[in-house]
Amino acid sequence: MNGAALVLHQFRFDQKIFWRNPAAVFFTALLPLIFLFILASVFDNAEISGLDVKGATYYVPAILTLAVISATTVKLATNLPAEREAGQLKRVRGTPLPPAVFVAGRVGNSLVITAIMVVLVSVIGALIYGVDIPTNTMPALLVTLVVGAFSFSCLGFALAAVIPTEDAAPAVTNATVLPLYFLSGVFIPQDELPSGVLDFANIFPIRHFFEAMFTAWDPHTMGSGFEWGHLAVVAAWGLFGLIVAVRYFRWEPRR
Amino acid sequence: MADAVISVRDLHKSYDGFEAVRGIDLEVGRGEIFAFLGPNGAGKTTTVEILEGYRTRSAGEVSVLGIDPESADRAWRNRVGFVLQESRLVPELTPREAVEEYAGYYSSPRDIDETVRLVGLTEKADVRTAKLSGGQQRRLDVALALIGDPELLFLDEPTTGFDPSARRQTWDVIAGLAKLGKTIFLTTHYLDEAQTLADRVAILSAGKIVATGSPESLGDRGMHTEIRFRLPKQLDVADLPDRIAREARSDAGMITLNVADPVPVLRELTTWAEGRGVGLPGLNVGSPNLEDVYLELTDGGSRVMKRATR
Repeated sequence: MNGAALVLHQFRFDQKIFWRNPAAVFFTALLPLIFLFILASVFDNAEISGLDVKGATYYVPAILTLAVISATTVKLATNLPAEREAGQLKRVRGTPLPPAVFVAGRVGNSLVITAIMVVLVSVIGALIYGVDIPTNTMPALLVTLVVGAFSFSCLGFALAAVIPTEDAAPAVTNATVLPLYFLSGVFIPQDELPSGVLDFANIFPIRHFFEAMFTAWDPHTMGSGFEWGHLAVVAAWGLFGLIVAVRYFRWEPRR
Repeated sequence: MADAVISVRDLHKSYDGFEAVRGIDLEVGRGEIFAFLGPNGAGKTTTVEILEGYRTRSAGEVSVLGIDPESADRAWRNRVGFVLQESRLVPELTPREAVEEYAGYYSSPRDIDETVRLVGLTEKADVRTAKLSGGQQRRLDVALALIGDPELLFLDEPTTGFDPSARRQTWDVIAGLAKLGKTIFLTTHYLDEAQTLADRVAILSAGKIVATGSPESLGDRGMHTEIRFRLPKQLDVADLPDRIAREARSDAGMITLNVADPVPVLRELTTWAEGRGVGLPGLNVGSPNLEDVYLELTDGGSRVMKRATR
């Protein structure tokens, strides 16, 4: 098989493995939808002050932010250390499969799950909560998704590289992303957050990714809605993650 | 060796000042089943992982299929298969799917169904691997190592922790691989495994090879035949013929003799018993086996046991 066929081959099995694992499907695919239903329903008609949008319009991009990060960073950072400690990565490393193809299969897997979630969240938002799917800002939305999905995949590999054990993986990953969701306005509308909190959240990529995502969905956005500044921060974090991953990623168990 | 698949000269490996491998030389020929035998901590896995390209060495020369494994490339990995000591399977896949996934990694893989059959998993081919027994999972491991149709297979303790029937099934699979002309490098701490499967055995103790040869030749090396029987109650060691009494070790009525040439001794013993009109309950003539060699070579077994239980 040539490189592209081999990536597709690996991706096909990664997809099969994902959809057959009920826990993975629940946390990656269903939980974001549950959050969407809860948050968009509770805050449906509540005006988000300062932004002049109704609750559902705020939470569709917020939950998309969560969904992308779940399918990339969280998924990779919880699965890879488990596979490493189980000796599965070591066995794969002993085959002629080029490491780059393995990585491409995994990233491809996360990107496809991301794409499915984007479609689901957008359609549910439009049909149930009347949140218009962006038209003028669609290119900006797509660019934001691509930059975000790649960057957060890199961060997933970086976290996987520094997490020492299988048991630590979900704990470390959730302890990293959950507080940042709250501090970045993903769960709590940003007008409820003190400015100091947002300043702190602005150090990290989740807040910037959400800002770019929100602009694409905001009906008040004039023009194309590209948030290059925010995307640059997200991409910089992705690059940092890539460097950490290349430097520290291990295929063998740390026994 | 004319056609050496593996060739190792004066291999050393140290970790943080501890010398795990202390100067190993070995050669494995094409089509050979070579067993690397030793207790836990003797350096077996360290050595095999150097040969597999997973580890770097501290000193020495290593050639596997004509290549230094430290610079192993895709072409080389196409020609070798590994069964690692510890590697779980992907629970979501079936054996057929797992083999199919690995088949895609190799340039000219074997037939998938035929490989599943070879390891005896045809009936379980479409059951999730999570539902397989330990022995079945291990045989699937062998199938994954085999699917690329390698010239050389490394099997690192393939039956550790198995019940006897699972071990026997795995042995059948390994013996079957030899018929395919594969060269097999096997590590084990089971003597019977080495004795059953291997053409040649190297015994490793504390990072050094202490003996090499065929299982039979190792067994013959200066080893005596052991004769055991229970002394009838009314008799004493002193009642035995002089020559036998001198050699006899008595342990709660059980007599053990270690003799170089068992035939005359047995004749004398049975003649004596017939003359006395007594039987020799529990008479047992044991041929020397690897275990004896192994214990002798690894310091009477005391250190072996200590290391093994550490």
